[in-house]
Amino acid sequence: MLVGQLMQQGYQCFGPGVENGAIVLHELATPDAIPRGLQAVQSPGRYQLTQDPEQRYFAWANGPQAIKPLAFAPTESLWRVARDASGTLQFSAVLPAAPKRALIGVRACDLAALALQDAHFLRAGARDAHYAQRRDALLLVAVQCAAPAATCFCASTGDGPTPTAGYDIALAELADGFVVEAGSARGQHVVDALRLSPALAQHIDDARKQGESAAAAQTRRLPGRNLRDALMSQLEHPRWDAVAARCLACGNCTAVCPTCFCHAEVDQPALSGESSAHVREWDSCFGESHGHLHGFNVRPDIRSRYRQWLTHKLAGWHDQFGRSGCTGCGRCIAWCPVGIDLTEEVAALTAREATP
Amino acid sequence: MTGAQKPRVAVHKFSSCDGCQLAFLNLGENLLTLAGRVELVHFAEAGPLDPESEVDIAFVEGSVSTSEDLERIQHIRAHSRLLIAIGACATSGGIQALRNGVFDAGWVTQIYSHPEAIASLERSTPIASHVKVDFELWGCPVSGPQIVAVVNALLLGVAPRDNVDKVCTECKRQGHPCVMVTRGIACMGPVTRAGCGALCPGLGRDCYGCYGPAENANTDALAAQFKSLGLTPRAVVHRFQSINSQAPAFLAAADTIRRRGDD
Amino acid sequence: MNDAPHALDAGPPHAATVVARTQESPTIFTLRLRLDDPAAQAAYRFAPGQFNMLYLYGVGEVPISIMSDPEERDGIGHTIRAIGRVTQGLAALQPGDQIGLRGPFGNGWPLQEMGGCDVVLVTGGLGCAPVVSVIHYVLRRRERFGKLVIIQGVKHAEDLIWREQYDRWAKLPNTQVLVAASEGGALWPWHVGRVTDLFSLARFNPERAVAMMCGPEGMMRAAADSLLAHRLPESNLYLSMERNMQCAVGRCGHCQFGSAFICRNGPVFNWGKVKTLLGHRGF
Repeated sequence: MLVGQLMQQGYQCFGPGVENGAIVLHELATPDAIPRGLQAVQSPGRYQLTQDPEQRYFAWANGPQAIKPLAFAPTESLWRVARDASGTLQFSAVLPAAPKRALIGVRACDLAALALQDAHFLRAGARDAHYAQRRDALLLVAVQCAAPAATCFCASTGDGPTPTAGYDIALAELADGFVVEAGSARGQHVVDALRLSPALAQHIDDARKQGESAAAAQTRRLPGRNLRDALMSQLEHPRWDAVAARCLACGNCTAVCPTCFCHAEVDQPALSGESSAHVREWDSCFGESHGHLHGFNVRPDIRSRYRQWLTHKLAGWHDQFGRSGCTGCGRCIAWCPVGIDLTEEVAALTAREATP
Repeated sequence: MTGAQKPRVAVHKFSSCDGCQLAFLNLGENLLTLAGRVELVHFAEAGPLDPESEVDIAFVEGSVSTSEDLERIQHIRAHSRLLIAIGACATSGGIQALRNGVFDAGWVTQIYSHPEAIASLERSTPIASHVKVDFELWGCPVSGPQIVAVVNALLLGVAPRDNVDKVCTECKRQGHPCVMVTRGIACMGPVTRAGCGALCPGLGRDCYGCYGPAENANTDALAAQFKSLGLTPRAVVHRFQSINSQAPAFLAAADTIRRRGDD
Repeated sequence: MNDAPHALDAGPPHAATVVARTQESPTIFTLRLRLDDPAAQAAYRFAPGQFNMLYLYGVGEVPISIMSDPEERDGIGHTIRAIGRVTQGLAALQPGDQIGLRGPFGNGWPLQEMGGCDVVLVTGGLGCAPVVSVIHYVLRRRERFGKLVIIQGVKHAEDLIWREQYDRWAKLPNTQVLVAASEGGALWPWHVGRVTDLFSLARFNPERAVAMMCGPEGMMRAAADSLLAHRLPESNLYLSMERNMQCAVGRCGHCQFGSAFICRNGPVFNWGKVKTLLGHRGF
């Protein structure tokens, strides 16, 4: 019903589906295309699809990606330049087409992460036109996380499992239906068109309890919401060497992280010699080019790259954005091919007795 | 390389399957554009035959595998301003380098009906083992976009961009879920150079390392993970001893596992 | 920092033409550029210490600090070492060739607040380019500043560019030029050794001096130790930092140093802001 209404209102709808062994948000072809019973078991370095015995619509925790690629595109042209036979250059901006898109099933951790991406890309006086174009066209339908994965720790970062801000519409899935709440005028417009019956106090209370038990079910946590000083005082801790021995520096953690914003800018000239596209693409602080400086690399080894990532995420963000860069989605744990667990590393680095 | 004079280009073949030359031929419309921007002096697979003359850029496919190869590569180097090695054979010795260290005349008699016709060197070696190479393009085979990027850079008079990122970087940009995580298969992506566009993981397969070692390839950590995914030490060695078996990082990875004595 | 004119210009670049090219050493050259749009050129303002992103067709962009004086009208000067893909390509440019330019970016040196002070400039290698604009700035406004002390270190004698200029500056009143090369060679008139050897020869009033450093981080750490030991207050010690920069507007993330985006919050920092992290390799 909701998807049908959104489609009627001209939204391209994205919802859960299975692709290549993982639950992804993909474009829905029909209003009834959201499958029931999707679920996945997640642990460090493992993600396996299962079935929800209760056949719910949203009883899955996050898959590898959600909102990030739809706002901050993995690859896109920023501008192009034409060159004529005399070598004269003509520069022009390239802006993406951004159709209205509704994302159904986004989680509290990703809404918190999106707020951080907004703070970065839409900074006052320096809005990123490409991000802004896509972002403004998004309608976000959030869902309360009822069945967090073993890798989730949003309760400890204060970002979930119940969405509290940043959505247009929020859903809580209960045994006998949904509690629906509008969070914006756009969302209200959609909800009004659905002509729903008012939620009973009992339903609202059930949803609250469901959120509380989902929070209580989380087994992982960070040792605090502000770890800046705790981490920055451990920059030569032996644990950095230990994690570097295990880390592949593949950058998967940064790619799946909903707050990581680093990108490279590269030129893609046409073979004709007549034009070139200036393209940005997701980059990672685990790659060689990130620390590349004329003739040498400031972060030549995996130790310094892992340390750069972790200290930026959990320390630098406090100064840059007023909070930690981690919203507890747990993706970096599940999607690390060798199963490095951020919460375990942070615990080891900040344990008092381990201070060298 | 600017001005009216078109750069003269040769494409040479050594011991190889010709797949990298096909990357040129498969450029489609870009091949016509290329033909307009450079003078293709020698490219046997496409037609022009003039292996002797001076060129600005020589692309060399294949490994040095015979005594005739040894002489020919010196001649090409002497007659080329820039020499670009393309593909796994030219950059690491290729699949045929699996014979290095285990070459045995007995095998030759078993396999070939006229063993006397086989005149291979004991080792298959990359071009850079014999002459100065200006740029190496890894891959088995190299991809069309890689070829275009190199040609573009040379036409612009700058060094080609050396993409040492890992396959994972391209894989995640394309939105493929990690196959090691979802399927528990032994993917070489985390230690392998980008350039293929994450072709195999995109099809749900494990990368088999055909683009050679990436920068900061933590082969020890990957080998340990392969083992915990259930691969025997021998199977782990085989992951590293394949198309780029002689690439130093992959050779060292295999040696480390063998040295531990459980292969 | 001072009120540097701030152009948050994410691109596309503006077309600019090479108006002059000087070869400074076998690998170092200077390009003077003029924006092709006369209105843009007339409106272009920068402060010493800021940088531009220079774009070479089909290859990419590179951050280059501006070495000319803000009041010079005959082109925006950039001194460049040909070391990477873009800079090697830029080295081949000739007057009349066109490139792209975005900028200026970052903050500048704190020159406004330093009236009446002695100015100590410490540079290593090509680090002299960002502070050469300060030298020009001080010399043009000589009455506003006290002593000018120019301390420059290079690895090899042949790395020293602008030799005649150093000679010329050394002859000016109230100006001291101290140069050191780790490897001097024949006919090297200056000190052989480290930059830090020179501080005992430098004559300035540490209580009324400002020091500005640019160059390799190891050199700047050693120089900071020497200057602070000479009782220069930490609040008067500044440096210009370098990291990989691809966007120049604090977006691409490559230049982050702790919580600073060097392209936006720097490249000029007070020593106190960065000293702790500079003590750890790998940031």
